[in-house]
Amino acid sequence: MLNRREALRTLLQERGEMIVVSGLGSPTYDLAACGDESLDFPLWGAMGGAAMVGLGLALAQPNRPVLVVTGDGEMLMGIGSLATIAAKQPPNLRIVVLDNERFGETGQQRTHTAMGVDLAAVARGCGIEHSLTLRETAQVATLREQLHTTQAPLFAVVKVSSEELPRVLPARDGSYLTHRLRMALLGPARATEA
Amino acid sequence: MTPLNTLSPWGDDIYALFTAHHIELVSFVPDGGHKRLIELCQSDAKLCTITLTTEEEGIALAAGAFLGGKRAALLMQSSGVGNCINMLSLPRVCNMPFLAIVTMRGEWGEFNPWQVPMGQSTPKVLAASGVLVYRVDTLDAVGPTVEAAIQIAFNSRRSVAVLLSQRLIGAKNFTRGDK
Repeated sequence: MLNRREALRTLLQERGEMIVVSGLGSPTYDLAACGDESLDFPLWGAMGGAAMVGLGLALAQPNRPVLVVTGDGEMLMGIGSLATIAAKQPPNLRIVVLDNERFGETGQQRTHTAMGVDLAAVARGCGIEHSLTLRETAQVATLREQLHTTQAPLFAVVKVSSEELPRVLPARDGSYLTHRLRMALLGPARATEA
Repeated sequence: MTPLNTLSPWGDDIYALFTAHHIELVSFVPDGGHKRLIELCQSDAKLCTITLTTEEEGIALAAGAFLGGKRAALLMQSSGVGNCINMLSLPRVCNMPFLAIVTMRGEWGEFNPWQVPMGQSTPKVLAASGVLVYRVDTLDAVGPTVEAAIQIAFNSRRSVAVLLSQRLIGAKNFTRGDK
Protein backbone atom coordinates (compact mmCIF):
# COMPACT_ATOMS: atom_id res chain seq x y z
CA MET A 1 0.00 0.00 0.00
CA LEU A 2 1.24 3.42 -0.91
CA ASN A 3 1.39 6.44 1.36
CA ARG A 4 -1.05 9.00 -0.02
CA ARG A 5 1.09 12.06 0.65
CA GLU A 6 4.25 10.56 -0.75
CA ALA A 7 2.32 9.56 -3.85
CA LEU A 8 0.85 13.05 -4.31
CA ARG A 9 4.20 14.70 -3.62
CA THR A 10 5.72 12.62 -6.42
CA LEU A 11 2.84 13.44 -8.78
CA LEU A 12 3.27 17.19 -8.17
CA GLN A 13 7.02 17.30 -8.82
CA GLU A 14 7.86 19.83 -11.54
CA ARG A 15 4.16 20.43 -12.04
CA GLY A 16 4.75 23.53 -14.16
CA GLU A 17 1.50 25.20 -15.20
CA MET A 18 -0.72 22.36 -14.01
CA ILE A 19 -3.89 23.37 -12.15
CA VAL A 20 -4.85 21.09 -9.23
CA VAL A 21 -8.38 20.68 -7.83
CA SER A 22 -8.69 18.56 -4.68
CA GLY A 23 -11.79 16.79 -3.43
CA LEU A 24 -13.00 17.44 0.10
CA GLY A 25 -11.43 15.65 3.05
CA SER A 26 -8.05 13.99 2.98
CA PRO A 27 -7.08 14.95 -0.61
CA THR A 28 -7.50 18.62 0.33
CA TYR A 29 -5.22 18.14 3.35
CA ASP A 30 -2.76 16.16 1.22
CA LEU A 31 -2.62 18.97 -1.32
CA ALA A 32 -1.98 21.52 1.42
CA ALA A 33 0.75 19.28 2.87
CA CYS A 34 2.50 19.33 -0.51
CA GLY A 35 2.67 23.13 -0.42
CA ASP A 36 -0.07 25.69 -0.89
CA GLU A 37 0.15 26.95 -4.48
CA SER A 38 -1.85 29.64 -6.26
CA LEU A 39 -2.77 27.09 -8.95
CA ASP A 40 -4.41 24.88 -6.29
CA PHE A 41 -8.16 24.86 -5.72
CA PRO A 42 -8.89 22.81 -2.60
CA LEU A 43 -12.55 21.95 -2.07
CA TRP A 44 -14.02 21.80 1.44
CA GLY A 45 -17.49 20.78 0.31
CA ALA A 46 -19.41 20.20 -2.94
CA MET A 47 -18.96 16.45 -2.49
CA GLY A 48 -19.18 14.67 -5.82
CA GLY A 49 -18.26 17.79 -7.77
CA ALA A 50 -14.46 17.71 -7.92
CA ALA A 51 -14.19 15.99 -11.31
CA MET A 52 -16.75 18.37 -12.83
CA VAL A 53 -14.90 21.44 -11.48
CA GLY A 54 -11.91 19.89 -13.22
CA LEU A 55 -13.86 19.49 -16.46
CA GLY A 56 -14.96 23.13 -16.39
CA LEU A 57 -11.36 24.24 -15.86
CA ALA A 58 -10.05 21.90 -18.55
CA LEU A 59 -12.54 23.27 -21.10
CA ALA A 60 -11.82 26.88 -20.13
CA GLN A 61 -8.03 26.43 -20.02
CA PRO A 62 -7.33 23.95 -22.83
CA ASN A 63 -3.62 24.67 -22.95
CA ARG A 64 -2.92 23.63 -19.35
CA PRO A 65 -3.08 20.23 -17.73
CA VAL A 66 -5.78 20.09 -15.06
CA LEU A 67 -5.40 17.49 -12.31
CA VAL A 68 -8.25 16.49 -10.02
CA VAL A 69 -7.03 14.70 -6.90
CA THR A 70 -9.87 13.19 -4.96
CA GLY A 71 -10.87 10.32 -2.71
CA ASP A 72 -12.83 7.17 -3.43
CA GLY A 73 -15.90 8.36 -1.50
CA GLU A 74 -15.99 11.69 -3.32
CA MET A 75 -15.51 10.02 -6.72
CA LEU A 76 -18.24 7.49 -5.99
CA MET A 77 -20.69 10.28 -5.22
CA GLY A 78 -19.88 11.90 -8.58
CA ILE A 79 -19.58 8.65 -10.49
CA GLY A 80 -21.91 9.86 -13.24
CA SER A 81 -19.45 12.63 -14.03
CA LEU A 82 -17.11 9.96 -15.43
CA ALA A 83 -19.69 9.40 -18.17
CA THR A 84 -20.02 13.13 -18.73
CA ILE A 85 -16.24 13.56 -18.95
CA ALA A 86 -15.80 10.53 -21.21
CA ALA A 87 -18.44 11.87 -23.59
CA LYS A 88 -16.46 15.13 -23.82
CA GLN A 89 -12.93 13.62 -23.99
CA PRO A 90 -11.05 16.68 -22.66
CA PRO A 91 -7.43 15.95 -23.64
CA ASN A 92 -5.95 17.96 -20.73
CA LEU A 93 -7.99 16.54 -17.80
CA ARG A 94 -6.48 14.04 -15.36
CA ILE A 95 -8.28 12.47 -12.42
CA VAL A 96 -6.33 10.70 -9.70
CA VAL A 97 -8.31 8.92 -6.99
CA LEU A 98 -6.35 8.36 -3.79
CA ASP A 99 -8.28 5.23 -2.87
CA ASN A 100 -8.01 4.12 0.77
CA GLU A 101 -11.31 2.24 0.52
CA ARG A 102 -12.62 4.28 3.46
CA PHE A 103 -14.77 7.31 4.27
CA GLY A 104 -11.82 8.78 6.15
CA GLU A 105 -13.56 11.89 7.50
CA THR A 106 -16.41 10.13 9.19
CA GLY A 107 -14.92 7.21 11.07
CA GLN A 108 -13.16 5.07 8.50
CA GLN A 109 -16.26 3.27 7.27
CA ARG A 110 -15.54 1.04 4.27
CA THR A 111 -16.52 2.44 0.87
CA HIS A 112 -17.75 0.53 -2.16
CA THR A 113 -14.17 0.14 -3.40
CA ALA A 114 -13.58 -2.06 -0.33
CA MET A 115 -16.53 -4.14 -1.45
CA GLY A 116 -15.40 -4.91 -4.97
CA VAL A 117 -16.18 -1.77 -6.98
CA ASP A 118 -13.40 -1.10 -9.49
CA LEU A 119 -13.39 2.62 -10.31
CA ALA A 120 -10.84 2.28 -13.12
CA ALA A 121 -13.08 -0.30 -14.78
CA VAL A 122 -16.03 2.09 -14.40
CA ALA A 123 -14.03 4.90 -16.01
CA ARG A 124 -12.88 2.61 -18.82
CA GLY A 125 -16.42 1.41 -19.34
CA CYS A 126 -17.55 5.03 -19.63
CA GLY A 127 -14.99 5.58 -22.37
CA ILE A 128 -11.93 6.98 -20.62
CA GLU A 129 -9.50 4.69 -22.37
CA HIS A 130 -6.48 5.67 -20.29
CA SER A 131 -7.75 4.26 -16.99
CA LEU A 132 -5.47 2.37 -14.65
CA THR A 133 -4.97 1.25 -11.06
CA LEU A 134 -1.64 1.67 -9.27
CA ARG A 135 -0.52 -0.45 -6.34
CA GLU A 136 3.26 0.00 -6.38
CA THR A 137 5.35 3.04 -5.46
CA ALA A 138 7.46 2.62 -8.58
CA GLN A 139 4.39 3.22 -10.80
CA VAL A 140 3.80 6.71 -9.44
CA ALA A 141 6.74 8.32 -11.24
CA THR A 142 5.44 6.95 -14.54
CA LEU A 143 1.99 8.34 -13.79
CA ARG A 144 3.58 11.73 -13.05
CA GLU A 145 5.04 11.78 -16.57
CA GLN A 146 1.71 10.75 -18.05
CA LEU A 147 0.00 13.71 -16.35
CA HIS A 148 2.07 15.97 -18.60
CA THR A 149 2.32 13.92 -21.80
CA THR A 150 -0.98 12.09 -22.33
CA GLN A 151 -3.09 13.78 -25.04
CA ALA A 152 -6.36 12.34 -23.77
CA PRO A 153 -8.30 12.23 -20.51
CA LEU A 154 -6.55 10.11 -17.92
CA PHE A 155 -8.04 8.34 -14.91
CA ALA A 156 -5.89 6.67 -12.27
CA VAL A 157 -6.77 4.95 -9.04
CA VAL A 158 -3.86 4.95 -6.59
CA LYS A 159 -4.46 2.39 -3.86
CA VAL A 160 -3.23 3.95 -0.61
CA SER A 161 -3.11 2.89 3.02
CA SER A 162 -5.94 4.03 5.26
CA GLU A 163 -3.77 5.42 8.06
CA GLU A 164 -4.89 8.86 9.24
CA LEU A 165 -2.20 11.49 8.73
CA PRO A 166 -1.82 14.81 10.55
CA ARG A 167 -4.21 17.33 9.04
CA VAL A 168 -2.70 20.18 7.10
CA LEU A 169 -5.44 22.70 6.46
CA PRO A 170 -5.47 25.11 3.51
CA ALA A 171 -7.52 28.31 3.49
CA ARG A 172 -11.24 27.62 3.45
CA ASP A 173 -12.54 31.02 2.38
CA GLY A 174 -14.04 30.22 -1.01
CA SER A 175 -13.83 33.81 -2.25
CA TYR A 176 -10.12 33.93 -1.48
CA LEU A 177 -9.40 30.58 -3.11
CA THR A 178 -11.38 31.58 -6.20
CA HIS A 179 -9.63 34.93 -6.53
CA ARG A 180 -6.21 33.40 -5.95
CA LEU A 181 -6.65 30.93 -8.80
CA ARG A 182 -8.23 33.46 -11.16
CA MET A 183 -5.39 35.90 -10.49
CA ALA A 184 -2.89 33.20 -11.36
CA LEU A 185 -4.73 32.16 -14.52
CA LEU A 186 -6.22 35.41 -15.81
CA GLY A 187 -4.22 38.27 -14.30
CA PRO A 188 -5.54 41.14 -12.19
CA ALA A 189 -7.69 42.87 -14.82
CA ARG A 190 -9.73 39.82 -15.82
CA ALA A 191 -9.71 38.18 -12.36
CA THR A 192 -11.88 40.94 -10.95
CA GLU A 193 -14.29 40.88 -13.88
CA ALA A 194 -17.02 38.35 -14.64
CA MET B 1 -54.98 21.33 -21.93
CA THR B 2 -52.59 23.79 -23.52
CA PRO B 3 -50.54 22.03 -26.21
CA LEU B 4 -46.80 21.86 -25.79
CA ASN B 5 -45.38 24.62 -27.90
CA THR B 6 -43.01 22.56 -29.98
CA LEU B 7 -41.69 25.65 -31.74
CA SER B 8 -40.35 26.97 -28.41
CA PRO B 9 -39.66 30.43 -29.86
CA TRP B 10 -38.10 31.60 -26.58
CA GLY B 11 -35.19 29.32 -27.41
CA ASP B 12 -34.05 31.72 -30.12
CA ASP B 13 -34.20 34.66 -27.70
CA ILE B 14 -32.16 32.88 -25.05
CA TYR B 15 -29.62 31.59 -27.57
CA ALA B 16 -29.11 35.14 -28.90
CA LEU B 17 -28.55 36.40 -25.34
CA PHE B 18 -26.05 33.62 -24.57
CA THR B 19 -24.09 34.65 -27.64
CA ALA B 20 -24.32 38.39 -26.91
CA HIS B 21 -23.17 37.91 -23.32
CA HIS B 22 -20.26 35.60 -24.14
CA ILE B 23 -21.66 32.46 -22.53
CA GLU B 24 -19.51 29.76 -24.08
CA LEU B 25 -20.34 26.59 -22.12
CA VAL B 26 -23.91 25.30 -22.00
CA SER B 27 -24.63 22.14 -20.02
CA PHE B 28 -27.97 20.41 -19.72
CA VAL B 29 -30.15 17.59 -18.61
CA PRO B 30 -32.76 18.01 -21.31
CA ASP B 31 -36.41 18.92 -21.21
CA GLY B 32 -38.91 19.11 -24.03
CA GLY B 33 -39.22 22.83 -23.38
CA HIS B 34 -35.47 23.29 -23.94
CA LYS B 35 -35.38 21.29 -27.18
CA ARG B 36 -35.09 24.29 -29.49
CA LEU B 37 -32.47 26.07 -27.35
CA ILE B 38 -30.37 22.91 -27.00
CA GLU B 39 -30.43 22.37 -30.78
CA LEU B 40 -29.39 25.97 -31.42
CA CYS B 41 -26.51 25.68 -28.95
CA GLN B 42 -25.36 22.34 -30.34
CA SER B 43 -25.35 23.69 -33.90
CA ASP B 44 -23.05 26.59 -32.94
CA ALA B 45 -19.39 25.58 -33.21
CA LYS B 46 -18.40 28.46 -30.93
CA LEU B 47 -20.46 27.04 -28.07
CA CYS B 48 -19.38 24.03 -26.06
CA THR B 49 -22.36 21.91 -25.01
CA ILE B 50 -22.04 19.33 -22.25
CA THR B 51 -24.58 16.56 -21.69
CA LEU B 52 -24.88 15.81 -17.97
CA THR B 53 -25.96 12.69 -16.12
CA THR B 54 -27.44 14.76 -13.27
CA GLU B 55 -28.03 18.48 -12.86
CA GLU B 56 -25.59 19.22 -10.03
CA GLU B 57 -22.74 18.32 -12.37
CA GLY B 58 -23.59 21.50 -14.25
CA ILE B 59 -23.04 23.66 -11.15
CA ALA B 60 -19.57 22.24 -10.54
CA LEU B 61 -18.83 22.57 -14.25
CA ALA B 62 -19.83 26.24 -14.22
CA ALA B 63 -17.61 26.83 -11.19
CA GLY B 64 -14.62 25.31 -12.98
CA ALA B 65 -15.37 27.34 -16.10
CA PHE B 66 -15.51 30.56 -14.05
CA LEU B 67 -12.20 29.73 -12.38
CA GLY B 68 -10.75 29.33 -15.87
CA GLY B 69 -12.26 32.57 -17.19
CA LYS B 70 -15.31 31.36 -19.13
CA ARG B 71 -19.05 31.81 -18.67
CA ALA B 72 -21.41 28.86 -18.43
CA ALA B 73 -25.15 28.26 -18.17
CA LEU B 74 -27.17 25.23 -17.07
CA LEU B 75 -30.44 24.14 -18.69
CA MET B 76 -32.75 21.80 -16.82
CA GLN B 77 -36.32 21.11 -15.81
CA SER B 78 -37.75 21.73 -12.37
CA SER B 79 -37.43 18.09 -11.31
CA GLY B 80 -33.64 18.55 -11.49
CA VAL B 81 -33.57 21.43 -9.01
CA GLY B 82 -33.80 19.01 -6.11
CA ASN B 83 -30.62 17.32 -7.29
CA CYS B 84 -28.75 20.61 -7.03
CA ILE B 85 -29.22 21.74 -3.44
CA ASN B 86 -25.88 20.86 -1.86
CA MET B 87 -23.85 21.77 -4.95
CA LEU B 88 -25.37 25.26 -4.88
CA SER B 89 -23.12 25.89 -1.88
CA LEU B 90 -20.15 25.94 -4.25
CA PRO B 91 -20.96 29.16 -6.16
CA ARG B 92 -22.43 30.66 -2.98
CA VAL B 93 -19.36 30.12 -0.79
CA CYS B 94 -16.94 30.98 -3.58
CA ASN B 95 -18.77 34.15 -4.68
CA MET B 96 -19.10 32.86 -8.22
CA PRO B 97 -21.77 33.55 -10.83
CA PHE B 98 -24.20 30.75 -11.63
CA LEU B 99 -27.01 30.86 -14.19
CA ALA B 100 -29.73 28.24 -14.64
CA ILE B 101 -32.66 28.28 -17.07
CA VAL B 102 -35.34 26.02 -15.63
CA THR B 103 -38.42 24.80 -17.50
CA MET B 104 -41.26 24.23 -15.06
CA ARG B 105 -43.28 21.08 -14.66
CA GLY B 106 -45.94 20.21 -12.14
CA GLU B 107 -47.65 23.56 -11.95
CA TRP B 108 -50.01 24.33 -14.90
CA GLY B 109 -52.22 21.58 -16.24
CA GLU B 110 -49.75 18.87 -15.26
CA PHE B 111 -50.77 15.34 -16.26
CA ASN B 112 -48.06 13.47 -14.34
CA PRO B 113 -48.56 13.59 -10.55
CA TRP B 114 -44.90 12.64 -9.99
CA GLN B 115 -43.84 16.03 -11.36
CA VAL B 116 -46.00 18.05 -8.99
CA PRO B 117 -44.04 17.83 -5.69
CA MET B 118 -40.72 19.09 -7.11
CA GLY B 119 -42.43 21.57 -9.39
CA GLN B 120 -44.25 23.12 -6.45
CA SER B 121 -41.17 23.25 -4.23
CA THR B 122 -38.75 24.49 -6.92
CA PRO B 123 -38.95 28.27 -6.22
CA LYS B 124 -38.83 27.73 -2.43
CA VAL B 125 -35.90 25.33 -2.60
CA LEU B 126 -33.96 27.71 -4.84
CA ALA B 127 -34.69 30.70 -2.63
CA ALA B 128 -33.72 28.75 0.48
CA SER B 129 -30.41 27.89 -1.21
CA GLY B 130 -29.58 31.53 -1.84
CA VAL B 131 -30.55 31.60 -5.52
CA LEU B 132 -32.29 34.65 -7.00
CA VAL B 133 -35.41 33.47 -8.80
CA TYR B 134 -36.98 35.18 -11.81
CA ARG B 135 -40.20 33.77 -13.16
CA VAL B 136 -41.41 34.16 -16.75
CA ASP B 137 -45.07 33.63 -17.66
CA THR B 138 -45.28 35.29 -21.08
CA LEU B 139 -43.31 35.04 -24.28
CA ASP B 140 -42.47 38.72 -24.51
CA ALA B 141 -40.94 38.64 -21.03
CA VAL B 142 -38.43 35.87 -21.82
CA GLY B 143 -35.76 38.05 -23.42
CA PRO B 144 -35.74 40.93 -20.90
CA THR B 145 -35.88 38.55 -17.94
CA VAL B 146 -33.08 36.28 -19.14
CA GLU B 147 -30.96 39.30 -19.99
CA ALA B 148 -31.47 40.76 -16.52
CA ALA B 149 -30.64 37.37 -15.01
CA ILE B 150 -27.42 37.12 -17.01
CA GLN B 151 -26.43 40.62 -15.96
CA ILE B 152 -26.94 40.14 -12.25
CA ALA B 153 -25.43 36.65 -12.30
CA PHE B 154 -22.17 37.66 -13.92
CA ASN B 155 -21.86 41.33 -12.95
CA SER B 156 -22.83 40.79 -9.32
CA ARG B 157 -21.63 37.19 -9.05
CA ARG B 158 -24.86 35.71 -7.83
CA SER B 159 -26.65 32.43 -8.40
CA VAL B 160 -29.72 33.09 -10.51
CA ALA B 161 -32.46 30.83 -11.86
CA VAL B 162 -34.97 31.82 -14.52
CA LEU B 163 -38.11 29.72 -14.26
CA LEU B 164 -39.92 29.35 -17.59
CA SER B 165 -43.45 28.64 -16.40
CA GLN B 166 -45.42 25.66 -17.56
CA ARG B 167 -48.11 28.03 -18.76
CA LEU B 168 -45.53 29.52 -21.13
CA ILE B 169 -44.11 26.27 -22.45
CA GLY B 170 -47.41 24.37 -22.46
CA ALA B 171 -48.34 21.31 -20.49
CA LYS B 172 -46.99 18.06 -21.85
CA ASN B 173 -49.72 15.95 -23.46
CA PHE B 174 -48.93 12.30 -22.75
CA THR B 175 -51.90 10.91 -24.64
CA ARG B 176 -50.79 12.77 -27.78
CA GLY B 177 -47.19 11.63 -27.34
CA ASP B 178 -45.47 15.01 -26.78
CA LYS B 179 -41.81 14.74 -25.94
